Amino acid sequence: MSTVVAQKPKGSLQGARLPKWFPYALAGGSVALGIGISLAAGLDSNIQWGLIAAILFVVGTYVIATRVEGKRQAKDRIATSLVWVAFLLAVVPLVSLVWTTVARGVKVLDGYFLSHSMGVVADSEPGGGIYHAIIGSLEQVGLATAMGAPIGVLTAIYLVEYGRGKLAKAVTFFVDVMTGIPSIVAGLFILSIMLQFEMQPFGFAGSLALAILMMPVVVRSTEEMLKLVPNELREASLALGIPKWRTILKVVLPTAIGGITTGIMLAVARIAGETAPVLLLVFGNPFINNNPFEGAQASLPLYIYQQYSGGTDASYDRAWAASLTLIAFVMILNLGARGIARWKAPKTGR
Amino acid sequence: MAKRIDVSGLSAYYGSFRAIEDISMTVEPRSVTAFIGPSGCGKSTFLRTLNRMHEVTPGGRVDGKVMLDDENLYGAGVDPVAVRREVGMVFQRPNPFPTMSVYDNVAAGLRLNGSYKKSELSDVVEKSLKGANLWNEVKDRLNKPGSGLSGGQQQRLCIARAIAVEPKVLLMDEPCSALDPISTLAIEDLIGELKERFTIVIVTHNMQQAARVSDKTAFFNLAAVGQPGKLIEIDDTERIFSNPSVQATEDYISGRFG
Repeated sequence: MSTVVAQKPKGSLQGARLPKWFPYALAGGSVALGIGISLAAGLDSNIQWGLIAAILFVVGTYVIATRVEGKRQAKDRIATSLVWVAFLLAVVPLVSLVWTTVARGVKVLDGYFLSHSMGVVADSEPGGGIYHAIIGSLEQVGLATAMGAPIGVLTAIYLVEYGRGKLAKAVTFFVDVMTGIPSIVAGLFILSIMLQFEMQPFGFAGSLALAILMMPVVVRSTEEMLKLVPNELREASLALGIPKWRTILKVVLPTAIGGITTGIMLAVARIAGETAPVLLLVFGNPFINNNPFEGAQASLPLYIYQQYSGGTDASYDRAWAASLTLIAFVMILNLGARGIARWKAPKTGR
Repeated sequence: MAKRIDVSGLSAYYGSFRAIEDISMTVEPRSVTAFIGPSGCGKSTFLRTLNRMHEVTPGGRVDGKVMLDDENLYGAGVDPVAVRREVGMVFQRPNPFPTMSVYDNVAAGLRLNGSYKKSELSDVVEKSLKGANLWNEVKDRLNKPGSGLSGGQQQRLCIARAIAVEPKVLLMDEPCSALDPISTLAIEDLIGELKERFTIVIVTHNMQQAARVSDKTAFFNLAAVGQPGKLIEIDDTERIFSNPSVQATEDYISGRFG
């Protein structure tokens, strides 16, 4: 300890500082040590040595920083290192998921796969494709969005701009309840109606269930975005003698449109991956069915589920390729939403 | 086409709280009337009752009469939207519409009311921007976003936006409090020009500003926090600042407040 004190510079505002490369060196050291300990102890899991390295890193940061820099800086450093460890813990599974999907999905993903159905291919044989599932997904999700997004946005407008008193409270409450509805329950709800009318599975029934799942998400996100619009803008517009509905349409919505679009896209991404209601209501179909209002259809998540249950190498490959397609689909939607958000966002440049 | 405002027995509420009590005054056409008084005395609330913006606040409610020439703004069947076309307003913080260009901001009132001829729109925009002494600064960037202007320019843009719909009365709620002295001077000069065409009511915390720009000054005060604000007196600005008839006014103006 005395040597550390001796290193302290004279000025009262200056304290001993660890060098800039210290965190990197410590991180490298912790990883090396983590692997070493794991090898010595005969642990063969990546997760185990990763966790050992993380603990070594955090504890090491605290101990060394306390000795050299003092308590306060040590707390600062431990907070920083905890944030980094948490970041890695969150990112590693994500990267691993994307990596696995890409690595296993590219095997059979090609133009043929995207443009052919499973109509004449048995699940156990190689070949076939996901064209019918893409058509089904696009139609079901598209119809669900066409129903869910406007209703959700309008509900949010009601809640933020008009809603007062009991009705608004009730709507907010039910939106909260709906957010928590498991997707299978939404599917069962529509199924019970279908059974009443003795209907066979068809795409639009799935859209209805997906719209139910989508609406609360859209309401919530749109509500938050509308609340962010400064009240001063509404007042400025009203004070010009502009009626309230035009104020909302021409001033409030354009100001919030970027965020609202992002919210809708996230909701779309969520329902695009739903399997349970589709399984109940759309049933699945190896043939191409372009009509969502009649007959069973396929959809990407359902296709993945069915192919994975197929149990052969060929069907596993198709399941992974379809997963990759689904992820790409959602990713493209998100990028599109970001593009729209950036394009529409209030401009501040000169 | 400025109009006279005649207020009698006006009280305004936020829910059950009475913010201002029993105010009566007359504002002459083509004049500038300044409202002064301590914070929370109800100047802004009173100003907002003059174009029915007060009721936009949840729980906002008004009793009494506001005559605009010979029409009661609070009469049965009066459309607040129509009132606000007659009585324009400029706010404390500049609030141009962030999604719109300079041009669209000024045109917003006409466009969104739907009451304009396409051929006239650009003339109105130019005239309004000239009226707000902003034309020379923005004529080359009419299509740039309004929020890219400086604070003082933004406030003049808001004034241009307000006068573009040709109101009869222009209400200004501390229009210079967020601005530097030079922008403030520009707006004060502008107020002097605008009073040829409009009846102007301005709320200000700046006593010198009230003395500089207004013809009449009204002093508001409240007995204590939680009590409603009241109009103490309204008189010619010169008289208010030299020889007010109420002691409280003199105390406030000379800084011996409380």
